[in-house]
Amino acid sequence: MDVKAVRRDFPLLSGGSSLAYLDNAATAQKPEAVLRAIRDFYETSNANPLRGLYALSQRATDAYEEAREAVRDFIGAGSAEEIIFTRNATESLNLVAYSYGSLLQAGDEIAVSVTEHHSNLLPWQQLAGRTGAVLRWIECDAAGIITEDAFRSALSERTRLVAMAQVSNVLGRENDIRTFARIAHEAGAVFVCDGAQSVPHMPVDVRALGVDFLAFSGHKMCGPMGIGVLYGRRELLEKMPPFLFGGEMIEYVTREGATWAELPHKFEAGTVNAAGAVGLKAAIDYYRAVGFDEIVRREEALSELAYRTLAGIPHLRILGAPEGAEDSAVREGAGAERHGIFSFTLDGVHPHDIAEILSADGIAVRAGHHCAQVLLQHLGVSSAARVSLAFYNTEEEILRLGESLRSVRRRMGYAE
Amino acid sequence: MQNSFYREIINDHNLRPLHKHMLPRAQRELRGVNPSCGDDITLRLTVRDGVIEEGAYTGDGCAISQASADMMLDLVLGKTTEEALHLADIFLRMIKGGASAEEIGELEEAGSLIDVSHMPARVKCAVLGWHTLQNLLGEE
Repeated sequence: MDVKAVRRDFPLLSGGSSLAYLDNAATAQKPEAVLRAIRDFYETSNANPLRGLYALSQRATDAYEEAREAVRDFIGAGSAEEIIFTRNATESLNLVAYSYGSLLQAGDEIAVSVTEHHSNLLPWQQLAGRTGAVLRWIECDAAGIITEDAFRSALSERTRLVAMAQVSNVLGRENDIRTFARIAHEAGAVFVCDGAQSVPHMPVDVRALGVDFLAFSGHKMCGPMGIGVLYGRRELLEKMPPFLFGGEMIEYVTREGATWAELPHKFEAGTVNAAGAVGLKAAIDYYRAVGFDEIVRREEALSELAYRTLAGIPHLRILGAPEGAEDSAVREGAGAERHGIFSFTLDGVHPHDIAEILSADGIAVRAGHHCAQVLLQHLGVSSAARVSLAFYNTEEEILRLGESLRSVRRRMGYAE
Repeated sequence: MQNSFYREIINDHNLRPLHKHMLPRAQRELRGVNPSCGDDITLRLTVRDGVIEEGAYTGDGCAISQASADMMLDLVLGKTTEEALHLADIFLRMIKGGASAEEIGELEEAGSLIDVSHMPARVKCAVLGWHTLQNLLGEE
Protein backbone atom coordinates (compact mmCIF):
# COMPACT_ATOMS: atom_id res chain seq x y z
CA MET A 1 0.00 0.00 0.00
CA ASP A 2 1.26 3.46 -0.89
CA VAL A 3 0.36 5.18 2.38
CA LYS A 4 1.38 8.62 1.15
CA ALA A 5 -1.02 8.29 -1.76
CA VAL A 6 -3.78 6.95 0.53
CA ARG A 7 -3.36 9.88 2.91
CA ARG A 8 -3.75 12.30 0.02
CA ASP A 9 -7.27 10.87 -0.41
CA PHE A 10 -8.19 12.25 3.03
CA PRO A 11 -8.54 16.04 3.21
CA LEU A 12 -8.15 16.09 6.99
CA LEU A 13 -4.93 14.05 6.87
CA SER A 14 -3.29 15.91 4.01
CA GLY A 15 -3.32 19.70 3.89
CA GLY A 16 -0.21 20.05 6.04
CA SER A 17 -1.67 18.84 9.33
CA SER A 18 0.84 17.09 11.58
CA LEU A 19 -1.86 15.55 13.78
CA ALA A 20 -1.35 11.86 14.52
CA TYR A 21 -4.97 10.71 14.60
CA LEU A 22 -5.00 7.55 16.72
CA ASP A 23 -8.67 7.48 17.76
CA ASN A 24 -10.03 5.49 14.85
CA ALA A 25 -12.15 3.18 16.98
CA ALA A 26 -14.19 6.28 17.88
CA THR A 27 -14.59 7.42 14.30
CA ALA A 28 -12.56 7.17 11.11
CA GLN A 29 -11.52 10.00 8.80
CA LYS A 30 -13.34 10.47 5.50
CA PRO A 31 -11.83 10.19 2.03
CA GLU A 32 -12.65 12.77 -0.62
CA ALA A 33 -14.64 10.14 -2.55
CA VAL A 34 -17.15 9.86 0.32
CA LEU A 35 -17.49 13.63 0.72
CA ARG A 36 -17.95 13.98 -3.04
CA ALA A 37 -20.63 11.25 -3.17
CA ILE A 38 -22.67 13.01 -0.49
CA ARG A 39 -22.36 16.34 -2.27
CA ASP A 40 -23.24 14.74 -5.62
CA PHE A 41 -26.38 13.23 -4.14
CA TYR A 42 -27.62 16.59 -2.90
CA GLU A 43 -26.60 18.35 -6.12
CA THR A 44 -28.04 15.88 -8.60
CA SER A 45 -30.47 13.44 -6.92
CA ASN A 46 -32.01 15.14 -3.91
CA ALA A 47 -35.68 14.32 -3.43
CA ASN A 48 -37.47 12.29 -0.79
CA PRO A 49 -36.77 8.66 -1.71
CA LEU A 50 -39.50 6.01 -1.96
CA ARG A 51 -42.31 8.57 -2.29
CA GLY A 52 -42.43 10.79 -5.34
CA LEU A 53 -43.56 9.60 -8.72
CA TYR A 54 -41.35 12.03 -10.60
CA ALA A 55 -37.96 11.26 -12.10
CA LEU A 56 -35.88 13.06 -9.47
CA SER A 57 -37.47 11.11 -6.63
CA GLN A 58 -36.86 7.93 -8.58
CA ARG A 59 -33.20 8.87 -8.88
CA ALA A 60 -33.01 9.39 -5.12
CA THR A 61 -34.73 6.04 -4.56
CA ASP A 62 -32.34 4.29 -6.93
CA ALA A 63 -29.29 5.81 -5.23
CA TYR A 64 -30.59 4.73 -1.82
CA GLU A 65 -31.42 1.18 -2.92
CA GLU A 66 -28.08 0.83 -4.74
CA ALA A 67 -26.43 1.66 -1.43
CA ARG A 68 -28.49 -1.07 0.27
CA GLU A 69 -27.39 -3.57 -2.36
CA ALA A 70 -23.74 -2.52 -1.88
CA VAL A 71 -24.04 -3.18 1.86
CA ARG A 72 -25.71 -6.56 1.23
CA ASP A 73 -22.84 -7.59 -1.01
CA PHE A 74 -20.23 -6.20 1.43
CA ILE A 75 -21.39 -8.38 4.35
CA GLY A 76 -22.56 -11.37 2.33
CA ALA A 77 -26.27 -11.18 3.17
CA GLY A 78 -28.66 -13.27 1.08
CA SER A 79 -31.10 -10.50 0.26
CA ALA A 80 -31.17 -6.68 0.28
CA GLU A 81 -34.43 -6.92 2.26
CA GLU A 82 -32.33 -8.10 5.18
CA ILE A 83 -30.41 -4.78 5.25
CA ILE A 84 -32.02 -2.06 7.37
CA PHE A 85 -30.50 1.41 7.46
CA THR A 86 -30.34 3.01 10.91
CA ARG A 87 -28.40 5.91 12.42
CA ASN A 88 -25.60 3.78 13.83
CA ALA A 89 -24.79 0.46 15.51
CA THR A 90 -26.39 1.67 18.76
CA GLU A 91 -29.73 2.25 17.05
CA SER A 92 -29.46 -1.10 15.27
CA LEU A 93 -28.98 -2.90 18.58
CA ASN A 94 -31.82 -0.97 20.21
CA LEU A 95 -34.06 -1.89 17.29
CA VAL A 96 -33.43 -5.58 17.98
CA ALA A 97 -33.84 -5.12 21.73
CA TYR A 98 -37.18 -3.34 21.39
CA SER A 99 -38.61 -5.28 18.47
CA TYR A 100 -37.29 -8.83 18.81
CA GLY A 101 -37.13 -8.23 22.56
CA SER A 102 -40.90 -7.73 22.68
CA LEU A 103 -41.24 -11.43 21.85
CA LEU A 104 -39.42 -12.41 25.08
CA GLN A 105 -41.19 -13.38 28.30
CA ALA A 106 -40.45 -13.32 32.01
CA GLY A 107 -38.00 -16.06 32.90
CA ASP A 108 -36.37 -16.13 29.46
CA GLU A 109 -32.63 -15.59 29.57
CA ILE A 110 -30.42 -13.13 27.70
CA ALA A 111 -26.66 -13.78 27.72
CA VAL A 112 -24.27 -10.83 27.31
CA SER A 113 -20.49 -10.78 27.61
CA VAL A 114 -18.76 -8.58 30.20
CA THR A 115 -16.57 -7.14 27.45
CA GLU A 116 -19.44 -5.35 25.71
CA HIS A 117 -19.68 -1.68 24.85
CA HIS A 118 -22.63 -0.08 26.66
CA SER A 119 -24.53 -0.02 23.35
CA ASN A 120 -24.61 -3.82 23.36
CA LEU A 121 -25.27 -4.08 27.08
CA LEU A 122 -27.75 -1.42 28.21
CA PRO A 123 -30.43 -2.34 25.61
CA TRP A 124 -30.38 -5.89 27.02
CA GLN A 125 -30.24 -4.82 30.65
CA GLN A 126 -33.25 -2.57 30.00
CA LEU A 127 -35.05 -5.30 28.08
CA ALA A 128 -34.58 -7.65 31.02
CA GLY A 129 -36.03 -4.99 33.30
CA ARG A 130 -39.06 -4.49 31.04
CA THR A 131 -39.90 -8.13 30.44
CA GLY A 132 -38.70 -9.92 33.57
CA ALA A 133 -36.15 -11.79 31.48
CA VAL A 134 -32.90 -12.71 33.26
CA LEU A 135 -29.58 -11.19 32.19
CA ARG A 136 -26.74 -13.73 32.35
CA TRP A 137 -23.08 -12.69 32.05
CA ILE A 138 -20.52 -14.38 29.83
CA GLU A 139 -17.22 -13.90 31.68
CA CYS A 140 -13.78 -13.26 30.20
CA ASP A 141 -10.39 -14.12 31.68
CA ALA A 142 -7.70 -11.62 32.74
CA ALA A 143 -6.55 -11.33 29.13
CA GLY A 144 -10.08 -10.48 28.03
CA ILE A 145 -10.51 -13.82 26.26
CA ILE A 146 -13.89 -15.57 26.31
CA THR A 147 -13.42 -19.31 26.29
CA GLU A 148 -15.90 -21.83 24.94
CA ASP A 149 -16.37 -23.13 28.50
CA ALA A 150 -17.18 -19.65 29.81
CA PHE A 151 -19.59 -19.17 26.96
CA ARG A 152 -21.37 -22.47 27.53
CA SER A 153 -21.69 -21.89 31.25
CA ALA A 154 -23.71 -18.70 30.66
CA LEU A 155 -26.27 -20.53 28.54
CA SER A 156 -29.20 -22.70 29.59
CA GLU A 157 -32.28 -24.20 28.00
CA ARG A 158 -34.01 -20.89 28.77
CA THR A 159 -31.54 -18.74 26.78
CA ARG A 160 -33.40 -16.91 24.02
CA LEU A 161 -30.80 -14.37 22.92
CA VAL A 162 -27.01 -13.96 23.03
CA ALA A 163 -25.38 -10.56 22.34
CA MET A 164 -21.66 -10.22 21.72
CA ALA A 165 -19.22 -7.97 19.86
CA GLN A 166 -16.98 -9.56 17.28
CA VAL A 167 -14.10 -7.27 18.35
CA SER A 168 -13.90 -5.52 21.74
CA ASN A 169 -13.63 -1.73 21.57
CA VAL A 170 -11.33 -1.77 24.61
CA LEU A 171 -9.10 -4.82 24.15
CA GLY A 172 -9.29 -5.29 20.40
CA ARG A 173 -9.64 -9.02 20.90
CA GLU A 174 -11.72 -10.99 18.42
CA ASN A 175 -14.32 -13.44 19.67
CA ASP A 176 -14.86 -16.72 17.86
CA ILE A 177 -18.29 -15.67 16.63
CA ARG A 178 -18.75 -18.64 14.31
CA THR A 179 -18.36 -21.13 17.18
CA PHE A 180 -20.38 -19.06 19.67
CA ALA A 181 -23.24 -18.53 17.19
CA ARG A 182 -23.38 -22.29 16.58
CA ILE A 183 -23.51 -23.05 20.32
CA ALA A 184 -26.19 -20.39 20.81
CA HIS A 185 -28.30 -21.93 18.08
CA GLU A 186 -27.92 -25.40 19.62
CA ALA A 187 -29.33 -23.89 22.82
CA GLY A 188 -32.26 -22.43 20.86
CA ALA A 189 -31.14 -18.81 21.10
CA VAL A 190 -30.64 -16.15 18.44
CA PHE A 191 -27.20 -14.55 18.15
CA VAL A 192 -26.81 -10.76 17.93
CA CYS A 193 -23.36 -9.63 16.80
CA ASP A 194 -22.04 -6.10 17.33
CA GLY A 195 -19.75 -5.52 14.35
CA ALA A 196 -18.92 -1.88 15.08
CA GLN A 197 -15.21 -2.62 15.56
CA SER A 198 -14.90 -5.60 13.20
CA VAL A 199 -16.70 -4.68 9.97
CA PRO A 200 -14.31 -1.76 9.27
CA HIS A 201 -11.21 -3.91 9.78
CA MET A 202 -11.84 -7.41 8.44
CA PRO A 203 -14.05 -9.01 5.80
CA VAL A 204 -17.26 -10.04 7.59
CA ASP A 205 -19.67 -12.51 6.03
CA VAL A 206 -22.91 -12.88 7.96
CA ARG A 207 -23.75 -16.26 6.47
CA ALA A 208 -20.28 -17.71 7.05
CA LEU A 209 -20.41 -16.48 10.67
CA GLY A 210 -23.96 -17.78 11.10
CA VAL A 211 -25.19 -14.75 13.05
CA ASP A 212 -28.87 -13.81 13.16
CA PHE A 213 -28.28 -10.07 13.53
CA LEU A 214 -25.26 -7.88 12.78
CA ALA A 215 -25.03 -4.19 13.71
CA PHE A 216 -22.42 -1.68 12.57
CA SER A 217 -21.86 2.04 11.96
CA GLY A 218 -20.85 3.72 8.72
CA HIS A 219 -18.70 6.40 10.32
CA LYS A 220 -16.15 3.95 11.73
CA MET A 221 -15.37 2.71 8.22
CA CYS A 222 -14.72 6.06 6.53
CA GLY A 223 -18.42 6.66 5.82
CA PRO A 224 -20.41 9.61 7.15
CA MET A 225 -21.84 9.91 10.66
CA GLY A 226 -25.57 9.22 11.00
CA ILE A 227 -25.80 6.09 8.89
CA GLY A 228 -25.69 2.59 10.35
CA VAL A 229 -26.78 -0.88 9.39
CA LEU A 230 -28.76 -3.70 10.90
CA TYR A 231 -28.60 -7.03 9.14
CA GLY A 232 -31.26 -9.49 10.26
CA ARG A 233 -32.27 -12.91 9.01
CA ARG A 234 -35.47 -12.57 7.02
CA GLU A 235 -37.54 -15.11 9.02
CA LEU A 236 -36.78 -13.18 12.20
CA LEU A 237 -37.37 -9.72 10.73
CA GLU A 238 -40.70 -10.87 9.32
CA LYS A 239 -42.08 -11.93 12.68
CA MET A 240 -40.78 -8.83 14.49
CA PRO A 241 -43.06 -5.82 15.08
CA PRO A 242 -41.93 -2.39 13.81
CA PHE A 243 -39.60 -0.38 16.07
CA LEU A 244 -40.61 3.14 14.99
CA PHE A 245 -43.97 4.11 13.55
CA GLY A 246 -44.68 6.80 10.99
CA GLY A 247 -44.33 7.60 7.33
CA GLU A 248 -43.32 5.15 4.65
CA MET A 249 -43.38 2.07 6.88
CA ILE A 250 -47.04 1.20 6.30
CA GLU A 251 -49.00 -0.68 3.73
CA TYR A 252 -52.44 0.56 4.66
CA VAL A 253 -53.80 2.71 7.48
CA THR A 254 -57.41 3.02 8.69
CA ARG A 255 -58.97 4.65 11.75
CA GLU A 256 -58.70 1.35 13.54
CA GLY A 257 -55.19 0.23 12.68
CA ALA A 258 -52.60 -0.39 10.04
CA THR A 259 -50.73 -3.08 8.19
CA TRP A 260 -47.00 -2.79 7.80
CA ALA A 261 -44.88 -2.32 4.71
CA GLU A 262 -42.71 -5.14 3.43
CA LEU A 263 -39.13 -5.57 4.56
CA PRO A 264 -36.94 -3.61 4.90
CA HIS A 265 -39.25 -0.55 4.87
CA LYS A 266 -41.21 -1.85 7.86
CA PHE A 267 -38.18 -0.81 9.95
CA GLU A 268 -37.37 2.49 8.23
CA ALA A 269 -40.03 4.93 9.40
CA GLY A 270 -39.78 8.54 8.32
CA THR A 271 -37.52 10.19 5.77
CA VAL A 272 -34.39 8.10 5.47
CA ASN A 273 -30.76 9.27 5.44
CA ALA A 274 -30.29 8.66 1.73
CA ALA A 275 -27.21 10.86 1.42
CA GLY A 276 -25.68 8.98 4.33
CA ALA A 277 -26.39 5.65 2.66
CA VAL A 278 -24.86 6.94 -0.57
CA GLY A 279 -21.81 8.05 1.42
CA LEU A 280 -21.54 4.61 3.01
CA LYS A 281 -21.62 2.99 -0.43
CA ALA A 282 -18.80 5.34 -1.48
CA ALA A 283 -16.83 4.18 1.58
CA ILE A 284 -17.37 0.53 0.60
CA ASP A 285 -16.22 1.37 -2.93
CA TYR A 286 -13.18 3.11 -1.46
CA TYR A 287 -12.28 0.03 0.62
CA ARG A 288 -12.52 -2.04 -2.57
CA ALA A 289 -10.37 0.41 -4.53
CA VAL A 290 -7.63 0.34 -1.88
CA GLY A 291 -8.13 -3.41 -1.43
CA PHE A 292 -9.55 -4.91 1.78
CA ASP A 293 -6.75 -7.50 1.91
CA GLU A 294 -4.23 -4.67 1.69
CA ILE A 295 -6.04 -2.80 4.46
CA VAL A 296 -6.00 -5.86 6.73
CA ARG A 297 -2.31 -6.57 6.06
CA ARG A 298 -1.31 -2.97 6.73
CA GLU A 299 -3.36 -2.72 9.94
CA GLU A 300 -1.79 -5.96 11.18
CA ALA A 301 1.71 -4.60 10.58
CA LEU A 302 0.86 -1.31 12.33
CA SER A 303 -0.67 -3.23 15.24
CA GLU A 304 2.49 -5.28 15.68
CA LEU A 305 4.61 -2.12 15.75
CA ALA A 306 2.23 -0.39 18.16
CA TYR A 307 2.20 -3.34 20.56
CA ARG A 308 6.01 -3.60 20.58
CA THR A 309 6.29 0.17 21.06
CA LEU A 310 3.83 0.30 23.98
CA ALA A 311 5.19 -2.86 25.62
CA GLY A 312 8.67 -1.30 25.83
CA ILE A 313 7.57 1.76 27.81
CA PRO A 314 8.33 1.69 31.55
CA HIS A 315 5.31 1.89 33.90
CA LEU A 316 2.89 1.32 31.01
CA ARG A 317 0.38 -1.53 31.37
CA ILE A 318 -1.59 -2.76 28.39
CA LEU A 319 -5.07 -3.91 29.41
CA GLY A 320 -5.62 -7.60 28.84
CA ALA A 321 -1.88 -8.35 28.83
CA PRO A 322 -1.50 -10.18 32.14
CA GLU A 323 1.98 -11.35 31.20
CA GLY A 324 3.16 -7.77 31.84
CA ALA A 325 3.57 -4.96 29.39
CA GLU A 326 7.28 -4.62 29.99
CA ASP A 327 7.90 -8.08 28.63
CA SER A 328 10.63 -7.22 26.14
CA ALA A 329 10.23 -10.49 24.27
CA VAL A 330 6.82 -9.67 22.85
CA ARG A 331 5.36 -12.68 21.10
CA GLU A 332 4.96 -12.32 17.36
CA GLY A 333 1.32 -11.82 16.48
CA ALA A 334 0.42 -10.42 19.93
CA GLY A 335 -0.16 -7.01 18.36
CA ALA A 336 -1.99 -8.15 15.25
CA GLU A 337 -4.53 -10.08 17.29
CA ARG A 338 -5.60 -6.78 18.95
CA HIS A 339 -6.86 -5.42 15.62
CA GLY A 340 -5.21 -2.05 16.17
CA ILE A 341 -6.91 -1.34 19.52
CA PHE A 342 -4.73 -0.91 22.63
CA SER A 343 -5.97 0.38 25.97
CA PHE A 344 -3.40 1.08 28.63
CA THR A 345 -2.62 2.80 31.89
CA LEU A 346 0.54 4.55 33.04
CA ASP A 347 1.40 4.17 36.72
CA GLY A 348 0.52 7.28 38.71
CA VAL A 349 -0.93 9.24 35.78
CA HIS A 350 -4.64 9.59 35.15
CA PRO A 351 -5.59 8.69 31.54
CA HIS A 352 -7.05 12.17 30.99
CA ASP A 353 -3.68 13.65 31.78
CA ILE A 354 -2.03 11.20 29.35
CA ALA A 355 -4.43 12.26 26.61
CA GLU A 356 -3.89 15.94 27.33
CA ILE A 357 -0.11 15.66 27.16
CA LEU A 358 -0.30 13.61 23.96
CA SER A 359 -2.64 16.24 22.55
CA ALA A 360 -0.03 18.91 23.23
CA ASP A 361 2.33 16.78 21.13
CA GLY A 362 -0.19 16.58 18.29
CA ILE A 363 -1.40 13.04 19.01
CA ALA A 364 -5.11 12.24 19.37
CA VAL A 365 -6.04 9.32 21.64
CA ARG A 366 -9.13 8.50 23.68
CA ALA A 367 -9.18 8.44 27.48
CA GLY A 368 -11.94 7.34 29.81
CA HIS A 369 -14.00 4.23 30.38
CA HIS A 370 -14.67 3.70 26.64
CA CYS A 371 -18.35 3.02 27.31
CA ALA A 372 -17.36 -0.33 28.79
CA GLN A 373 -17.57 0.19 32.54
CA VAL A 374 -18.49 -3.43 33.29
CA LEU A 375 -15.31 -4.62 31.54
CA LEU A 376 -13.13 -2.02 33.26
CA GLN A 377 -14.60 -2.99 36.65
CA HIS A 378 -13.85 -6.61 35.75
CA LEU A 379 -10.24 -5.72 34.91
CA GLY A 380 -9.93 -3.58 38.06
CA VAL A 381 -9.23 -0.20 36.45
CA SER A 382 -11.46 2.87 36.50
CA SER A 383 -10.28 4.33 33.22
CA ALA A 384 -7.65 3.89 30.55
CA ALA A 385 -6.11 5.60 27.56
CA ARG A 386 -6.73 4.01 24.17
CA VAL A 387 -4.83 4.06 20.90
CA SER A 388 -6.72 2.77 17.85
CA LEU A 389 -5.25 2.50 14.38
CA ALA A 390 -6.44 2.62 10.79
CA PHE A 391 -4.67 1.73 7.56
CA TYR A 392 -3.82 5.37 6.85
CA ASN A 393 -1.77 5.71 10.02
CA THR A 394 2.00 5.67 9.64
CA GLU A 395 4.90 3.98 11.41
CA GLU A 396 6.25 7.45 12.15
CA GLU A 397 3.06 8.35 14.03
CA ILE A 398 3.38 5.27 16.22
CA LEU A 399 7.03 6.03 17.01
CA ARG A 400 6.05 9.61 17.89
CA LEU A 401 3.39 8.18 20.22
CA GLY A 402 6.04 6.04 21.92
CA GLU A 403 8.41 8.98 22.42
CA SER A 404 5.65 11.18 23.77
CA LEU A 405 4.43 8.48 26.18
CA ARG A 406 7.96 8.01 27.52
CA SER A 407 7.98 11.68 28.54
CA VAL A 408 4.56 11.75 30.24
CA ARG A 409 5.59 10.71 33.74
CA ARG A 410 8.44 13.23 33.79
CA ARG A 411 6.08 15.96 32.63
CA MET A 412 3.65 15.00 35.39
CA GLY A 413 6.35 15.66 37.97
CA TYR A 414 7.74 12.16 38.55
CA ALA A 415 11.50 11.68 38.75
CA GLU A 416 11.24 8.98 36.03
CA MET B 1 -2.40 23.58 30.36
CA GLN B 2 0.69 24.03 28.20
CA ASN B 3 2.14 26.84 30.28
CA SER B 4 4.76 25.00 32.31
CA PHE B 5 4.35 27.26 35.37
CA TYR B 6 0.71 26.21 35.81
CA ARG B 7 1.57 22.63 34.97
CA GLU B 8 4.05 22.67 37.86
CA ILE B 9 1.49 24.03 40.31
CA ILE B 10 -0.99 21.34 39.30
CA ASN B 11 1.61 18.58 39.41
CA ASP B 12 2.68 19.71 42.85
CA HIS B 13 -0.85 19.65 44.28
CA ASN B 14 -1.60 16.36 42.52
CA LEU B 15 1.54 14.52 43.65
CA ARG B 16 1.95 16.15 47.07
CA PRO B 17 -1.53 17.18 48.18
CA LEU B 18 -1.82 18.84 51.57
CA HIS B 19 -5.46 18.01 52.17
CA LYS B 20 -5.93 14.57 50.66
CA HIS B 21 -6.59 12.41 53.69
CA MET B 22 -9.38 11.14 55.91
CA LEU B 23 -11.01 13.43 58.46
CA PRO B 24 -12.26 11.18 61.27
CA ARG B 25 -14.13 13.92 63.14
CA ALA B 26 -15.78 15.42 60.07
CA GLN B 27 -19.32 16.63 60.67
CA ARG B 28 -20.32 16.52 57.06
CA GLU B 29 -19.21 14.72 53.98
CA LEU B 30 -20.34 14.65 50.37
CA ARG B 31 -19.20 12.69 47.37
CA GLY B 32 -18.82 14.34 43.98
CA VAL B 33 -18.49 12.29 40.81
CA ASN B 34 -18.06 13.05 37.12
CA PRO B 35 -19.76 9.93 35.76
CA SER B 36 -18.50 10.37 32.22
CA CYS B 37 -14.81 10.56 33.10
CA GLY B 38 -14.64 8.89 36.50
CA ASP B 39 -13.28 11.76 38.62
CA ASP B 40 -14.45 10.93 42.12
CA ILE B 41 -13.87 12.90 45.31
CA THR B 42 -15.35 12.86 48.79
CA LEU B 43 -15.14 16.18 50.60
CA ARG B 44 -15.24 16.29 54.41
CA LEU B 45 -15.60 19.40 56.58
CA THR B 46 -15.90 20.47 60.16
CA VAL B 47 -17.73 23.78 60.54
CA ARG B 48 -17.96 25.60 63.92
CA ASP B 49 -19.69 28.95 64.44
CA GLY B 50 -19.94 29.40 60.69
CA VAL B 51 -16.18 28.89 60.14
CA ILE B 52 -14.63 25.99 58.22
CA GLU B 53 -12.21 24.74 60.84
CA GLU B 54 -11.11 21.51 59.22
CA GLY B 55 -11.43 20.07 55.75
CA ALA B 56 -10.00 17.27 53.65
CA TYR B 57 -10.81 15.14 50.62
CA THR B 58 -10.20 11.62 49.36
CA GLY B 59 -10.79 10.10 45.96
CA ASP B 60 -9.15 9.66 42.63
CA GLY B 61 -9.23 11.27 39.26
CA CYS B 62 -7.13 13.29 36.85
CA ALA B 63 -4.52 15.75 38.05
CA ILE B 64 -6.73 18.79 37.43
CA SER B 65 -9.64 17.43 39.48
CA GLN B 66 -7.45 16.46 42.42
CA ALA B 67 -5.22 19.56 42.35
CA SER B 68 -8.24 21.83 42.09
CA ALA B 69 -9.81 20.27 45.21
CA ASP B 70 -6.51 20.60 47.07
CA MET B 71 -6.12 24.30 46.15
CA MET B 72 -9.73 24.90 47.10
CA LEU B 73 -9.16 23.56 50.60
CA ASP B 74 -5.97 25.65 50.91
CA LEU B 75 -8.13 28.66 50.20
CA VAL B 76 -11.27 28.02 52.27
CA LEU B 77 -9.87 26.56 55.48
CA GLY B 78 -10.33 29.08 58.28
CA LYS B 79 -12.84 31.10 56.29
CA THR B 80 -16.55 31.47 56.97
CA THR B 81 -18.95 29.38 54.93
CA GLU B 82 -20.21 32.63 53.42
CA GLU B 83 -16.72 33.57 52.24
CA ALA B 84 -16.17 30.03 50.92
CA LEU B 85 -19.36 30.16 48.87
CA HIS B 86 -18.36 33.60 47.57
CA LEU B 87 -14.98 32.18 46.43
CA ALA B 88 -16.62 29.11 44.86
CA ASP B 89 -18.88 31.45 42.94
CA ILE B 90 -15.87 33.39 41.63
CA PHE B 91 -14.06 30.16 40.71
CA LEU B 92 -17.01 28.80 38.73
CA ARG B 93 -17.45 32.11 36.93
CA MET B 94 -13.71 32.23 36.15
CA ILE B 95 -13.89 28.80 34.50
CA LYS B 96 -16.82 30.02 32.42
CA GLY B 97 -14.80 33.11 31.48
CA GLY B 98 -16.87 35.58 33.55
CA ALA B 99 -14.73 36.78 36.45
CA SER B 100 -12.72 40.00 36.73
CA ALA B 101 -8.94 40.07 37.28
CA GLU B 102 -9.54 41.48 40.76
CA GLU B 103 -11.89 38.62 41.66
CA ILE B 104 -9.45 36.04 40.30
CA GLY B 105 -6.83 37.57 42.57
CA GLU B 106 -9.00 36.55 45.54
CA LEU B 107 -8.62 32.91 44.49
CA GLU B 108 -4.86 33.02 45.11
CA GLU B 109 -3.22 29.88 43.71
CA ALA B 110 -6.53 28.43 42.47
CA GLY B 111 -6.61 31.36 40.04
CA SER B 112 -3.90 29.54 38.08
CA LEU B 113 -6.62 27.20 36.81
CA ILE B 114 -7.95 30.01 34.60
CA ASP B 115 -6.32 28.20 31.66
CA VAL B 116 -9.06 25.59 31.99
CA SER B 117 -11.57 28.14 30.70
CA HIS B 118 -10.01 27.51 27.27
CA MET B 119 -10.25 23.72 27.63
CA PRO B 120 -13.93 22.70 27.48
CA ALA B 121 -13.09 19.02 27.99
CA ARG B 122 -11.47 19.75 31.36
CA VAL B 123 -14.03 22.13 32.84
CA LYS B 124 -15.88 19.33 34.64
CA CYS B 125 -12.60 18.17 36.21
CA ALA B 126 -11.68 21.62 37.52
CA VAL B 127 -15.08 22.44 39.01
CA LEU B 128 -15.82 19.07 40.67
CA GLY B 129 -14.45 20.00 44.11
CA TRP B 130 -16.04 23.44 44.05
CA HIS B 131 -19.47 22.14 43.08
CA THR B 132 -19.19 19.56 45.84
CA LEU B 133 -18.31 22.34 48.31
CA GLN B 134 -21.31 24.37 47.19
CA ASN B 135 -23.62 21.40 47.63
CA LEU B 136 -22.14 20.50 50.98
CA LEU B 137 -22.52 24.01 52.39
CA GLY B 138 -25.87 24.46 50.70
CA GLU B 139 -27.28 21.67 52.87
CA GLU B 140 -27.51 24.02 55.84
